Amino acid sequence: MLEQVLVAGFGGQGVLRIGQMIAYAGFAEGKEVTWAPSYGPEMRGGTANCSVVVSDEEIGAAQVLEANSIIVMNLPSLHKFESAVIPGGKLFVNSSIIKEKPARDDIEIFYIDAQEKAEELGNNRGANMVILGAYAKATGTVTLESLYDLVKQTFTGDKAKFVESNIACIKAGAEMV
Amino acid sequence: MAKKLMKGNEALAAAAIAAGATHFFGYPITPQSELIEYMAREMPKAGRCFLQAESEVAASYMVYGAGGAGARVITSTSSPGLALKQEGLTYMVAAQIPAVVIDVSRGGPGLGNILPQQSDYFMCTRGGGNGDYFHPCFAPASVQECADLVVEAFDVADKYRMPVLILADGLIGQMMEPVEIPEVTKKPIDKPWAADGGHVKRGEHNRINAMVLPADGLEELNHVIQAKLADYAANYVRYEAIGIEDADIVLVAYGTPSRACKNVLKKAQADGLKFGLIRPISLYPFPKEAFDKINPNCKAVISVEQSCGQMIEDVRLSVLGKFPVKFFGRTGGNPIIPEAVYNYAKEVLGGKA
Repeated sequence: MLEQVLVAGFGGQGVLRIGQMIAYAGFAEGKEVTWAPSYGPEMRGGTANCSVVVSDEEIGAAQVLEANSIIVMNLPSLHKFESAVIPGGKLFVNSSIIKEKPARDDIEIFYIDAQEKAEELGNNRGANMVILGAYAKATGTVTLESLYDLVKQTFTGDKAKFVESNIACIKAGAEMV
Repeated sequence: MAKKLMKGNEALAAAAIAAGATHFFGYPITPQSELIEYMAREMPKAGRCFLQAESEVAASYMVYGAGGAGARVITSTSSPGLALKQEGLTYMVAAQIPAVVIDVSRGGPGLGNILPQQSDYFMCTRGGGNGDYFHPCFAPASVQECADLVVEAFDVADKYRMPVLILADGLIGQMMEPVEIPEVTKKPIDKPWAADGGHVKRGEHNRINAMVLPADGLEELNHVIQAKLADYAANYVRYEAIGIEDADIVLVAYGTPSRACKNVLKKAQADGLKFGLIRPISLYPFPKEAFDKINPNCKAVISVEQSCGQMIEDVRLSVLGKFPVKFFGRTGGNPIIPEAVYNYAKEVLGGKA
């Protein structure tokens, strides 16, 4: 198994966190993983993105330039990265704010109304968790259980109150694909 | 210690603390900032010294002073910062002071940009300051190697009383991978030469000095430095070689581009082509002996670098005209795309490039 994922959006949308969750979950499942952020000048005001590779074998390039899957959280990211999905690959579109349709017809496209679903669940900062759930379910790269465990490990002490709403977002995302 | 996910910058710092670093002096610069941040947070907790200097030049002389007094000392920076530290480095070579110096390199020349690039190769491998010297230089290609090489660098520095450089590019510093920070139980060697007030009897003194006025004295120091480097070269040169004995094309790459080259090797294997890879882990001294093991019928050796072509000079000196030496590079912080390297290598194989 070799999964190469790109996650892109505005800074503040939890884009780097989506990538880290995939990497941490893959690591917990005993796979080889890399996570590499884009840290250039584009992070200020433009798009933020990160590359994640999950594999059963030693990982070569950590920067993903041809992706099996891409998650786009905003329109500039769709424009910038649509062409980087390999034919037959998967594209996850945050359709709450991306109203344009991708031009590609040789890839599988998932429209995830992530923001609306998160708000419906009372977690208006949980759009990234919704699309992460959709990604995990559709690709099988990591299990939903691994993601739930991560959420529980991330929010502890007085932040433990966020566990339930984040798990609810991941679960809802998984049910959308 | 159990494996965990860490950035290369954090692993370099954590391994330095595990290796018993007693002093860190530095000045912040992207893309190595996580390293100095980690040190600022963790060194005081471990009862060690963290000091943010007023400049890179000041930091390198703090390293000189602490190292001369026998401390296990480390500094880190990125490309333009290393240029500023070169004066301190050549003084440390002359005064025979051990230290570990980390360069998480960025785009140049000048202030350049903060993206990963490998254009510090000459500065890191040729003795970047004045005078007749080199110093050991390691180049990690993974987060685990960042940790392992820092531990080794401290021991090498102490053994040979030299600054040892670790050249990691910006992406190695920024990326996260599983890593196990080594548990270091070995005690650092004694330093009877140190100007620490504890090693000499009343009336005697240890001198730490970068100036030798008599011609014969300075010649002798130069011979001492060269002899140390020769001994080091005989014992510590490190590299990884994959499939070079029967390869028709051999790629040579270190750091981030070497990882792209591993993807290229897989593509070639899937297409039934015989490609090999030499990945220098030591950049100085360069692992020349690896090139003696290349298939005598190899068609070409390709140096793959995120620069305009610097390591290629060492590749040519190692190949010694036995094979054509070609170059594939990107600069400005642009990544090496495996597909592009593969297509170029196929052109070379077909005699078209």
